[in-house]
Amino acid sequence: MLQYVLKRLGIAILVAVTVSMITFSMIYLSGDPAIALAGETATQEDIQNIRRVYGYDQPIVVQYANWLWNALQGDFGQSHYLKKPVADVIFERLPTTMLLGACALIFALVLSIPLGVVAAVRPNSLIDRIALTIAVVGQAMPSFWFALTMMLWLGIYWRLLPISGTASWANFVMPSIALGYYITPAVMRLTRAGMLEVLSSDYIRTARAKGLRPMTVLFKHALRNAIIPVVSLAAVQFGFMLGGSIVIETIFAVNGLGFLAWESIQRADLPMMQAIVLVLSFFYIILTFLADMLNAWLDPRIRVM
Amino acid sequence: MAVTEIKSDAVALEKAIEPSPGALLRRRVFSHMGLMIGGGILLVILAMALLAPLISPHDPYDQILDRKLIPPVWFDSPKVTWAHPLGTDQLGRDYLSRLFWGARISLLIGFAAMLISGVIGTTLGVLAGYFGGRVDMVVNFIITTRLSMPVVLVALAVVSLIGSSLTVVIWVLGLLIWDRFAVVMRSATQQVRGLDFVAAAEALGCSTWRILASEIMPNVTNHLIVVATIEMAHAILLEAALSFLGLGVQPPEPSWGLMIAEAKGLMFFEAWLITIPGTALFLLVLAINLLGDGVRDVTAPENRN
Repeated sequence: MLQYVLKRLGIAILVAVTVSMITFSMIYLSGDPAIALAGETATQEDIQNIRRVYGYDQPIVVQYANWLWNALQGDFGQSHYLKKPVADVIFERLPTTMLLGACALIFALVLSIPLGVVAAVRPNSLIDRIALTIAVVGQAMPSFWFALTMMLWLGIYWRLLPISGTASWANFVMPSIALGYYITPAVMRLTRAGMLEVLSSDYIRTARAKGLRPMTVLFKHALRNAIIPVVSLAAVQFGFMLGGSIVIETIFAVNGLGFLAWESIQRADLPMMQAIVLVLSFFYIILTFLADMLNAWLDPRIRVM
Repeated sequence: MAVTEIKSDAVALEKAIEPSPGALLRRRVFSHMGLMIGGGILLVILAMALLAPLISPHDPYDQILDRKLIPPVWFDSPKVTWAHPLGTDQLGRDYLSRLFWGARISLLIGFAAMLISGVIGTTLGVLAGYFGGRVDMVVNFIITTRLSMPVVLVALAVVSLIGSSLTVVIWVLGLLIWDRFAVVMRSATQQVRGLDFVAAAEALGCSTWRILASEIMPNVTNHLIVVATIEMAHAILLEAALSFLGLGVQPPEPSWGLMIAEAKGLMFFEAWLITIPGTALFLLVLAINLLGDGVRDVTAPENRN
């Protein structure tokens, strides 16, 4: 087990370093960052000054090393636009996005796991077909259009929910649904497939033959085993959702990391953009690592691989 | 003698009645409802895109400012006119014509980005699956690194830094979404690689390239087609999301995502402005997904769950 943990940890760190290099090199995508920062009316002297202040005159390896060293200590530099430390702003916004992501995940799981179970218990029945239809339709719905349509009906026509901001829990309902529905098809399909496989196994037949109640067999014996891959999928999807929340947060004006990312892109605030990409990537790396550990713990066969 | 003759006649008769593999496949294709519906919708949208210059009632860029915001013909309004069946937008441009021309952009970006990502992902996946060992490790590492970077955010950041255009959007999406190709092609190749005919080709002394091209590739093509449809749909949704956030296709081009973005401010008064392009987008993605599911069912019925 220890060997497996160390190996996975090593890979995770290597991935994190590679991601940080890619993120760092983003500043050179637009050409010379000093010229871009200085603006159109800058003189040659201004540009030189900016180069010196931001360290763009140093070799690129040194720049990267400095940037990473500072980032590891929680210093992502100053926001070009807000003139505040990037890390402070990010930590101010992060809890909102986490809350939104958690609500979205709960919505998705509560909807998709029961649907997947029911669909697997009666394969090819009407319920199974409806569940599959929901999955197919859900996958095809553009998230931003779904969000706007929901806003229109629930917010404007029926006046059930507030359409923007983060003032109360009601503000989180629509963004959570808009963000969460996107992963329901995947979770539902996986639950269904897992349940179908488990339900046809010998120990389920034994449990039924013993005369256990169908509900006990279904939830205590079958679902517990079928849910293992769903747990790791959920962790991975949670990471994806944080990345995808940029669209939803922008639409509903949820003041989280995604909205901040969009604002920073609009303002060409490079240090902020870099830091957000890095934070979200690291979050995903940590999540997948934890999911792998959880899987290895639940399923000993994985450990020896 | 006579008995064998009768027997061989019976075999011949059975052979004559039994449909050929081609006929069987055709029968499966035409009796698969999802495949037919998906293919049908896709054909209609493809025709719209190809024939856009011929069937558009107006120039999609033509602004007629005294004909702003005419509702579609099914609305009960004095402004309604059959000259603009789907009405006009806030700048007096004919909505139906913009919808036709927008189909071109969605299909072009979806197809081109899918091709780029398909080439990258298939190359990586097949090499990893065939050679295994170190190659597999490196490819796995590249896939993990790519997966840990949030697609929407990185695409937005990169597009904003290099400047947005159709070509940039295609390349950025193509370079970002190859992960599923790589993952699926890797495992498909691993499966085929262990089969006897590959071993036979190796024993005959065929070159590696020949084995890859004529033994492996034909046997993973059905997986390739399924992933290609998924990724084309994915690229279309991403383009729409980028354009919706103002960093994809630029005005005055008629992208469906951009049409929704431009109408966002008016959606509470003229909801059809976002409903029409949104529905078009939804139908296109749904059609591609149905087609992909259908191809999977028809070519490999055992993988349905």
